[in-house]
Amino acid sequence: MHLVLVGTSHHRAPIELRERVAVDRSDARVLAARLAEGGREAVCLSTCNRTELYLAAEDGDEAELDAVAALAAFEPAVEQALYRLRDHAAALHLFRVAAGLDSLVPGEGEILGQVRAAHELGTTGPLLDRVFRQALHTGRKVRAQTAIGESPASVSAAAAALAEQVFGELDGRSVLLVGAGKVSEQTARSLLARGAGVSFVANRTLDRAEGLARRLGSDALPLERIEDELHHADVLVASTSASGFVLDAAAVRRALGRRRGRRLLLIDLAVPRDLDPAIHELDGCYLYDIDDLEAIVAETFSGRRREAERAEAIVAAEAEKFHEWHASLEVVPAIASLRARAEEIREAELRKADALLARLDDSQRRAVESITAQIVNKLLHLPTVRLKQAAAAADGVLYAEAVRHLFGLGEDER
Amino acid sequence: MAELLFWPALLLYGEAAVGYLGDARRPGAAGRAATWGVRLGWLAQTALLAVQAAGRDGFPWAGWAGSLNLFVWLVVTAYLIWGCRRSYRLLGLTVMPLAAALLVVARAGGGTGTGAASRYSSLFLVLHVGLVLAAFAGFTLAAALSGLYLWQERRLKQRAATIFSRPVPALATLDALAFRTAAWSLPALTLGIAVGAARLVADGDPVDALVAVTGVTWLVWAAYLALRWRGGLAGRHAAYLALAGFTLVIVARLALPATHFA
Repeated sequence: MHLVLVGTSHHRAPIELRERVAVDRSDARVLAARLAEGGREAVCLSTCNRTELYLAAEDGDEAELDAVAALAAFEPAVEQALYRLRDHAAALHLFRVAAGLDSLVPGEGEILGQVRAAHELGTTGPLLDRVFRQALHTGRKVRAQTAIGESPASVSAAAAALAEQVFGELDGRSVLLVGAGKVSEQTARSLLARGAGVSFVANRTLDRAEGLARRLGSDALPLERIEDELHHADVLVASTSASGFVLDAAAVRRALGRRRGRRLLLIDLAVPRDLDPAIHELDGCYLYDIDDLEAIVAETFSGRRREAERAEAIVAAEAEKFHEWHASLEVVPAIASLRARAEEIREAELRKADALLARLDDSQRRAVESITAQIVNKLLHLPTVRLKQAAAAADGVLYAEAVRHLFGLGEDER
Repeated sequence: MAELLFWPALLLYGEAAVGYLGDARRPGAAGRAATWGVRLGWLAQTALLAVQAAGRDGFPWAGWAGSLNLFVWLVVTAYLIWGCRRSYRLLGLTVMPLAAALLVVARAGGGTGTGAASRYSSLFLVLHVGLVLAAFAGFTLAAALSGLYLWQERRLKQRAATIFSRPVPALATLDALAFRTAAWSLPALTLGIAVGAARLVADGDPVDALVAVTGVTWLVWAAYLALRWRGGLAGRHAAYLALAGFTLVIVARLALPATHFA
């Protein structure tokens, strides 16, 4: 049984091409079921960065052709951008994908859920079940044993992570948005996803503030009234297009008097800056501008690249385990036949000695049974181990054939 | 037997201290090994204390060195409540070297043996020595949390790009834990002092330097809690006051015991 992978990803295909071969959940299920016809197994993994078909089939060449045809049916031009991998290489690729090592943002966590969903939607059997389960295990292991997915990988995620670094859990924390643009909304959503609530959206144009406030479930505020609400806020996110500061240090200092020592995190995403840098010098105030956040994201990427080396080692070890298991499938029938033949001989010899054994009492008969079974097991133990070891190397099939020949396995059926 | 248990406890605490140092440089395996060092070292020291208790009829930690041994155990016990979590490993870097060093001092003073008999009753010693030491252990941990707070706050103020390179609890969490630890410790210290003061009056003994410093320590931590409670003190300033309170704890534990235990 061969493992076949045919697919394309952001490494090989631009977005214009990827979007033409992207498959939604229900189509992925149908496509997998269709490719699995004729006793094969199939899984379709489709995300915004990749569309990949995994097949398990006795005839790998035929399965590969079918997979290529299935993707080319969406868009013929994709054929030039396809990669085709087999067995160990295909498994290694899937493990790297699940670990986030093949992602656009290394270590991103979403892919693990997407691999799990693809597995659930697929038409799987022993081989694909095994390789997908091991891929999920590898993805979890990489995230548990390395720091590849820990730091924020975008400016909005960095802002939210900073808020957690200051306040811990964000449940019940209040966010004041200054500016009603896309950047503000993105950052607000990142904070909302972690449990914070947006109390006010302040903007020079009140209409826009009201629009965003409605979407975020908060209230709108004229820009001039920020200072009045500052003492309630835990996090202030500013991203207006104002040419000067919309909030200066003196205003924040006045608000601090009413905050009873509560900390205030200020995120300035605007260029030119909205918030007076002197605010950062005030006690309990932490002001981060766009350069600071981008430096954090850059450090995250560099840290993830360092962690990726450790992750690759984990992935390689897991792929090797899969390879050993997969290769052992080649020799398992030979081992099973060998053991069946030995058992057959043992039972036949015991039957021949039936008259002699009849003189023994029950415990003595059981002892004879046990001793003969142990002899067979001990004799076959080393050949079984050696066969499994040989299976992991290239000559596993030769060994299996040699065993069949030497012991005359399968000759009766011929 | 007690001697045999001292060495594994010390070695494991030492290993934990070194492991936490390694974890600070490169988070990962060294930190995990350090946490196991703390757990196993604590078990060894617990066994050591059990052997000491079994070897004597009364309270075996009445002397200054013996009480130091018990103090180390209480500090590590308090640390273990949070210390096994990954984000608190940096706290171990402040607690475990101190624990290892104080255990060596306790041994040098003969506090890891079977101990000498005290003229005071076991009940008095449990209430006075036990409660004061438990409170001091709590203040030590509160100070360690405050130290970690100051370190992390400085990184936030410096806008370090590597702020997420190692997991550290949030400022609010560290602040709240330090406050809560101190809030549990102060009543214990109050009761311990009250029991000691009652005996002092009954015996007509004079107030020595250790008693005076312990009283000042109580005042500092009471001020810390009162100011925090009323909202006038927070963040960095509260952390500085906690460290000042800890300095007095160290003076009371190391510099003055001779005057009191004599």
